[in-house]
Amino acid sequence: MRWLLLKDLRILRRSPLLVALLVLYPIVIAVLIGFALSRGPDKPEVAFYNGLEGQSAVVELGGDRIDLASEGQRLFDAIDPVRVDSREEAIQKVKDGEVLGALIIPSDLATNIQSSLEPGTVEVYFNAEDPAKRQFVENTIKAQVQSANAALTKRVAKEALKLLDLISAGGEYSFLGQSFDVLGLERAEQILAKARAELPAGSPERAELDRVIAFGKLARENLSFSDEVLAVVGEPIRVKATALDGGNTSLTSFAVALAVAVSLMFITLLLAAGTLALEREENAFSRLVRGLVSKTGLLVEKAGLAAACSVSVCLLMMAGLGLFVELDWARFPLWLAALAVGALAFAALGLAIGALTRDVRAASLLAFMLCLPLAFLALVPSGAVTPALYDVIRAVSAVFPFQPTLDALDAALNDAGDIAGPLLHLAGLTLGFGALGRLALQRFV
Amino acid sequence: MSDSANLPAVETTTVTLAAEGLVKRYGDRVALRAVSLSARPGELVAIIGPNGAGKTTLLSILAGIQRPDEGSITVAPAGIGWVPQQAAVYNKLTVEENLSLFARLERCPDPGATVERMLELSDLGERARDQVGTLSGGNKQRVNIAIGLLAEPDVLLLDEPSAALDPRQRARLWEFILRLAGEGTTVIYATHNIQEADRYANQLIVLADGELLFDGAPQALEREVGTTGLDFEEAFVEFLHGRGH
Repeated sequence: MRWLLLKDLRILRRSPLLVALLVLYPIVIAVLIGFALSRGPDKPEVAFYNGLEGQSAVVELGGDRIDLASEGQRLFDAIDPVRVDSREEAIQKVKDGEVLGALIIPSDLATNIQSSLEPGTVEVYFNAEDPAKRQFVENTIKAQVQSANAALTKRVAKEALKLLDLISAGGEYSFLGQSFDVLGLERAEQILAKARAELPAGSPERAELDRVIAFGKLARENLSFSDEVLAVVGEPIRVKATALDGGNTSLTSFAVALAVAVSLMFITLLLAAGTLALEREENAFSRLVRGLVSKTGLLVEKAGLAAACSVSVCLLMMAGLGLFVELDWARFPLWLAALAVGALAFAALGLAIGALTRDVRAASLLAFMLCLPLAFLALVPSGAVTPALYDVIRAVSAVFPFQPTLDALDAALNDAGDIAGPLLHLAGLTLGFGALGRLALQRFV
Repeated sequence: MSDSANLPAVETTTVTLAAEGLVKRYGDRVALRAVSLSARPGELVAIIGPNGAGKTTLLSILAGIQRPDEGSITVAPAGIGWVPQQAAVYNKLTVEENLSLFARLERCPDPGATVERMLELSDLGERARDQVGTLSGGNKQRVNIAIGLLAEPDVLLLDEPSAALDPRQRARLWEFILRLAGEGTTVIYATHNIQEADRYANQLIVLADGELLFDGAPQALEREVGTTGLDFEEAFVEFLHGRGH
């Protein structure tokens, strides 16, 4: 037993590539899983443009002053603000993937709340390249706006109560620099009671009655005014959210596209790589390519087989998923296009793997080992890593078919953006990997 | 002493395959150095030489799998059957399915009849529906050769056909190959088994380090060595020593 163990250790020591792979692969996978599933950092980086800067952000309600700037600080408890100088700069940072979203406080926020007694609107932009990321940014900012709203609500509700008290008891009220003597329902009741008692039927005591009428009018106005205030109390600040990239795919629909893309990748890669490598392992390759089949013809046959099998399986899978998730069957031709072109790109990659490894087990292992990192890379959200690393991740993802297949399937299934771009991208990858596979066949014998 | 079997007669006027000045390089290494050869109908040509001599490279060029860097095939037969060293068959398919597949790929006019004929010729009719993976090495090699013969080629190229076969299987294999040669098929084969080359070849081609050292009958090689009392293998080793290998 001891000698066997020593022998195996010696073999491992003489296989540095294998050892490096065994150590590095789990680390890479762990890091990628971490990036992909972390749903972003605790405090997402959000571009912040404060249009109120340099001007009064104070709203005066019934003599009570509310500083919106200090209330807005609550937002920063949950986000990591990247301050920018303009609305356009904030939007550009989202488009470039430097931040997860942008929060824009317009310069007229205070005026709107103060003068029109309408809810002020803050703008939120986010990169909707994947629904998980969009939901994360949207939820984070909305939650914080809700928190700010709750604080403002207390202040506005206090003002509303004062108004209601004024209507009830009467007294002095100032609005826009003018003072009014409000009679109040209580005193009105007294006057009406007195008038009723003293006036005979058809009496001319019109002045007192006029006051009662005027009060009634004012009371109505005050009550109407209070309604408006109370409407604002519910939501003093509203969020206007805009997706800059991607579509309005729900998380469930995106999960369908993701599941199908992963299945398509696994089946096609393994099948294409395995069947090509099998031709060499069975020693049939040399017999086939000496006039029976051209090398290119052999690659086309393997790609066609792998693509046809994986597309069939994925269509069945989608039909099954359709029982639980609403899928738009009217878009079936687009699904088919996305699946077929994606499958061909994966098949070309699989053939390149099969031709390079020249062995079924090695081809299958390499294909399998490639699948997981490719899927995780495509799911790393832009704000979860530094912009430079994110650019590297995007570049690596663009070299492999998973990301464009996911984009094409998302577009086909969920009408999330343009499908032509990803399909062209996949066609390019098919040709590229096909050429690599064909080149590798030169040393396949 | 040469120990030739009762070999079929060779028709000497016609050349079925000829190659001139074949050169093949793998990077800096020269695998073949200006090798020429010719073969006639019904002739059994054995290519022998130490490991790395260029035997498989020469066969793969003759089979059309590789292209020579220099030189050419000057006389090309209408059809060449290729039997690689390792059985080039699909283990998960039955004997019949393998033959049928390659018969169709070879565009045989009547694949069914061709398969029947090959099953009979290889004496594998009873195992026709067995998966090739379940066959013995000898039977697998017979399927391998039968596939090489599907297109009824004028020339059959075999790379170490009897390697890994036991003596009984080897004898049956040679019986099969001799029958083919008797029907006029030119058989060119590479082998490490010197006694086998002596016994089953009209013509010997000796390669070492890609260089053609000898091309002639086995008896001529013995005469060239000029040592009496040595068996053929000893004479061959002596020949190589004499040529600096």
